Amino acid sequence: MGLEFLLEPLQYAFMQRGMVAVILVGVVSGVVGCYVVVRGMAFFGDALAHTVLPGVAVAYVAGGNLFIGGLAAGVAAAVGIGWLTREARLKEDTAIGVVFAGMFALGIAIISTTRSYSVDLTHILFGDVLGVADADLLIMLVFGALVIGTVAALYKEFLVMSFDPGLAKTLRLPTEPLRLLLLGLLAVTIVASLQTVGIALMVAMLVTPAATARLLVKRLHHMMVVSALVGAVSGVVGLYLSFYLNLPSGPAIVLTTTALFIVVFVAAQARWRRGQ
Amino acid sequence: MHLHNTHAPTSEVPVVAGPCPALAVHDLSAGYPGARGAIQSVSFSVWRGERVGLVGPNGAGKSTLFKALVGLIPHDTGHVSIHGEDCSTSHRMIGYVPQQEEIDWGFPVTVRDVVMMGRARRIGWLRWPRRRDWEAVDAMLESVGLAALSHRQIGQLSGGQRRRVFIARALAQATDVLLLDEPFSGVDAAAEEEIMETLDLLRARGVSVVLATHDLGMAVNEFDRLLLLNRQVVAYGAPAAVFNADTLKRAYGGRLGVIEEGQRTLVIVDEHGCPEGAPMHTEGD
Repeated sequence: MGLEFLLEPLQYAFMQRGMVAVILVGVVSGVVGCYVVVRGMAFFGDALAHTVLPGVAVAYVAGGNLFIGGLAAGVAAAVGIGWLTREARLKEDTAIGVVFAGMFALGIAIISTTRSYSVDLTHILFGDVLGVADADLLIMLVFGALVIGTVAALYKEFLVMSFDPGLAKTLRLPTEPLRLLLLGLLAVTIVASLQTVGIALMVAMLVTPAATARLLVKRLHHMMVVSALVGAVSGVVGLYLSFYLNLPSGPAIVLTTTALFIVVFVAAQARWRRGQ
Repeated sequence: MHLHNTHAPTSEVPVVAGPCPALAVHDLSAGYPGARGAIQSVSFSVWRGERVGLVGPNGAGKSTLFKALVGLIPHDTGHVSIHGEDCSTSHRMIGYVPQQEEIDWGFPVTVRDVVMMGRARRIGWLRWPRRRDWEAVDAMLESVGLAALSHRQIGQLSGGQRRRVFIARALAQATDVLLLDEPFSGVDAAAEEEIMETLDLLRARGVSVVLATHDLGMAVNEFDRLLLLNRQVVAYGAPAAVFNADTLKRAYGGRLGVIEEGQRTLVIVDEHGCPEGAPMHTEGD
């Protein structure tokens, strides 16, 4: 135990890369996840993660860049959902349901054409953080920095339109471009994070650290810092659990962040009762 | 009381002298014609420092009028100007305090953060608030008597305090025309009194206020002018001139009892000032 316990996994290059990846993903999805939580977009985030599958699948089968493929599919899905909501007068969650299921099924159908169907699908659905290459890390770093930089630059505008869209309009902020930009940031975050936790568990990285942070602090930017920390710590602890208990990394990370949420939730409830 | 009544306008509110009304609305129509809350050809003017009460039955279009004025919903026809400047091209803004049900009070922001939102445009793109922005926000909170609560999460405040925070936020927009949608709904008498004192402060600063309310008694006593709305302007003017048996019947239809006893007019309404669920009677639709 002790130091050796912590250092042993790091002898392996794939674990080193995995650690960097989960910290990057934990921070970026932790920050962007705060918007998902305060704007009530958990279903949208989950759906967007699933709709990137056909793009990832096509890139995978054709040997292209998974990141570009996933991003293209995510943007197409967001545009499609917006169009259905406006033109077909569907409620937004109905439009999301239609697009999400259809694109997810298309993605599975495309992957099923490969010979190593079940292994590939498992990696995409549940993540393969130990298969992260140096080039993937670079992509995560660049796009992660872009996302965090955009959030920092437009923090007060995003805050106004999240808290009170009416005020954003009376201030004549460009609400529609800002909203689309936020969706774009969400799509980039999802695609950059896919390799660590996969499509099926992506929503946990967006929602759970942010929900944990919400219980601890009362200002959005503080929430982002705490959420990023919870996300990164969950990633690191989850990866150790994965190494020692021989669990798949995605579920190990998500179970860790869920455990953190439960601990904080119980503590917050106890404190609230004492305060009564 | 902790209100600082000053008759000199502060630097936060631009002073505009001249013959133009603070808010001029001409021939404004908005909403789907015939739908609940749609308004037609609404015209009125509000002068500097005036306090106007907006009254009318449910579905009369009070919220529609406000939302069209601040640009939350498009208006089909009509023209809105502030101090003579066309609202669609002017940099001037109308402050708007929405109905409280439209806000997520669990949102992670403090009272100070909420007021700071009013300065978002003035701070400018790609910047975070600086010290003088925080000082301005603190001064605004001090003036509405909420300095002690400035670091609380917004949801921890009472209903009346929340309204005052939103009034402070609208003032932080450096506007001198303020629309308040039902600020008295769901607050107790003490909170109502506090909000009224804040409105007095606004009047002293030369801020023009249009306030939608269901409380006809308050409307008669507390406002300079009343706008009686039922999809169209039924009457606009001094309270005594606006409220009479004829106009009230035209606004509220058959759902209102009006008894005239010599000098006194007795109006019988339900607790909200108008019964819900009854079919709408409107003229001209």
